[in-house]
Amino acid sequence: MGKYTVRRILQMIPVLLGATFLIYWMVFSLPGDPTAGKCGERPCSATYIAKFNEKYNLNDPLLVQYGKYMGNVLQGDFGESQYGIPVSDELKERFSVTAKLGAMALLFEGVIGIFAGVLAGLRKGGFVDNLVLISTLVVISIPIFVIGRVSQIYLGVKAGIFPVTVSFEATFYELMLPAMVLGSASLAYLARLTRTNLGDNVKSDYVRTARAKGLPETRVIGLHALRNSMIPVVTFLGYDFGALLGGAIITEGIFNIQGIGGYVFRGINDRDGIVVVGAVTALVLVYLFANLIVDLLYGLLDPRISHD
Amino acid sequence: MTELAGAEAAIEAKPDEGEGGQVLRTRRGDAWRHLKQKKLFWISMVLILIFVTMAIAPWLFTDADPREAVLSEARESPSSEHWFGRDIQGYDLYSRCIYGARASILVGLFSALGVMLIGGVFGLLGGYASGWVDSLVSRFAEIFFALPLILGAIIILTSLPDSDRYVIIVFKVVAVLVVLGWPSIFRLMRSSVLQVKPNDYVQAARALGASPWRVVSSHILPNAMGPVIVVTTINLGVFIAAEASLSFLGIGLKPPTVSWGVMISDATRAMSSAPHTLLFPAIFLSFAVLSFIMLGDAIRDAFDPKR
Repeated sequence: MGKYTVRRILQMIPVLLGATFLIYWMVFSLPGDPTAGKCGERPCSATYIAKFNEKYNLNDPLLVQYGKYMGNVLQGDFGESQYGIPVSDELKERFSVTAKLGAMALLFEGVIGIFAGVLAGLRKGGFVDNLVLISTLVVISIPIFVIGRVSQIYLGVKAGIFPVTVSFEATFYELMLPAMVLGSASLAYLARLTRTNLGDNVKSDYVRTARAKGLPETRVIGLHALRNSMIPVVTFLGYDFGALLGGAIITEGIFNIQGIGGYVFRGINDRDGIVVVGAVTALVLVYLFANLIVDLLYGLLDPRISHD
Repeated sequence: MTELAGAEAAIEAKPDEGEGGQVLRTRRGDAWRHLKQKKLFWISMVLILIFVTMAIAPWLFTDADPREAVLSEARESPSSEHWFGRDIQGYDLYSRCIYGARASILVGLFSALGVMLIGGVFGLLGGYASGWVDSLVSRFAEIFFALPLILGAIIILTSLPDSDRYVIIVFKVVAVLVVLGWPSIFRLMRSSVLQVKPNDYVQAARALGASPWRVVSSHILPNAMGPVIVVTTINLGVFIAAEASLSFLGIGLKPPTVSWGVMISDATRAMSSAPHTLLFPAIFLSFAVLSFIMLGDAIRDAFDPKR
């Protein structure tokens, strides 16, 4: 286990460096103006551009620039937004909101997705199975921003069941609707994954053996079939948490949530390159670490995975 | 050399004839028989055909100009004259929905094909060559795999300079989706090549002296393509939805390009007063995505040995 952990962490280093370099290179070296939008609707003055290039080392060779940027990032310095506020301060403040939203979405999709998947998987071809299959297909094919906007208008504005936007405090009640919207697509995938796995396992030899030796049905399903079906499901949930944190941009934009995704959304609209590169780098780091943790936990869940 | 090629051709031809004149059931034939009976397959095929016709020849469906704005009739509800009503700019929604198919289908088609080509070639290379070539390509793919689609797309599209030309706008979105999407097909292709490679027929072809190119093109590739084709079909739907998401964020396709994503993005601003402006493009978009996902599902089921 120790060896595996070390190897997995070592493997992550080139990916981490590669991904952050890719982001940095794309923002500052692709044909485009990194100072666009810094000075409102007009182009920046020559002195401002010179100062900007100086501050972010844009006159150095690319690798040196990147090295300096990463050095700053490691010390917690992500640069400043166009309003002169350090990006790292904003990120710190906003991370808890995004994490809360992600956790709530995960809880929502986990509980309902697994429940629906189990109901469908136990009786493949039955009414519930077809209902789950069709409804998940519909949810998958409607883009998340349509689901978000429609539920915001109909459940929020017209029916008044949920708050329409989220305040700075981001209470549990306010985040409920956004969490449901954010988790909806993953919920559909999760239900289908659970259904397929359980459906396969129910037909397997060891389940027949368990029945043959006279175990009660609850024990056959609950202990034998379900437990073995849960391994890929739990893994999916783990990876999905990372994806939810990174993919919350659209949801946070729609519901005006002051999380990291909302910050990226605003950064795009303000054309603030430093904000976008800082926040996206931070999100990719979180995403990679979440995946690392899942990989390490995976061995604990499934003893068949050898870690030597 | 010619003799060897001839012998090989004879070996290849044999399975089709079968022994003793019987029709031998091939995997592909079985899959097709299964597919033909599926209702979902035909429904999705018909839907796809309609959308493709819309993309190629939108004038078959409507006479109205999608770019003619009649401001005095803005937000007009659906009527017999304008089936889907008009949006906040006074555009005819029905004709825009029809004309929007082209950009959406183009983006979906080219991105899915591009991803299949790049991911497939690298996957074939990594899986067949193994050794340091495999390690190199795999590490390279991991870097791109670490970038979530939306985040990566935001970075690339905000850094590229703006343009007003239709071709360039569409090409930018396609390029982004290909650059960020290829690692998933790469992984799939690589693992299925690794599964096919140790089979006896591949070894036999090698023993007969077939060149690496021939082993790959006529023995490995046809047998490793199945899963890639399924995922590419599903990807078509996924990329159409991704284009809409990017357009919604204001960084994908932009007006004057007519696309469902752009229409939905426009509509969300006026949603509470004119919900029909959102409804129709959303329905078109969802049905297009749905039909490709259903087709992929059906093909997967047909090829599933556990069926």
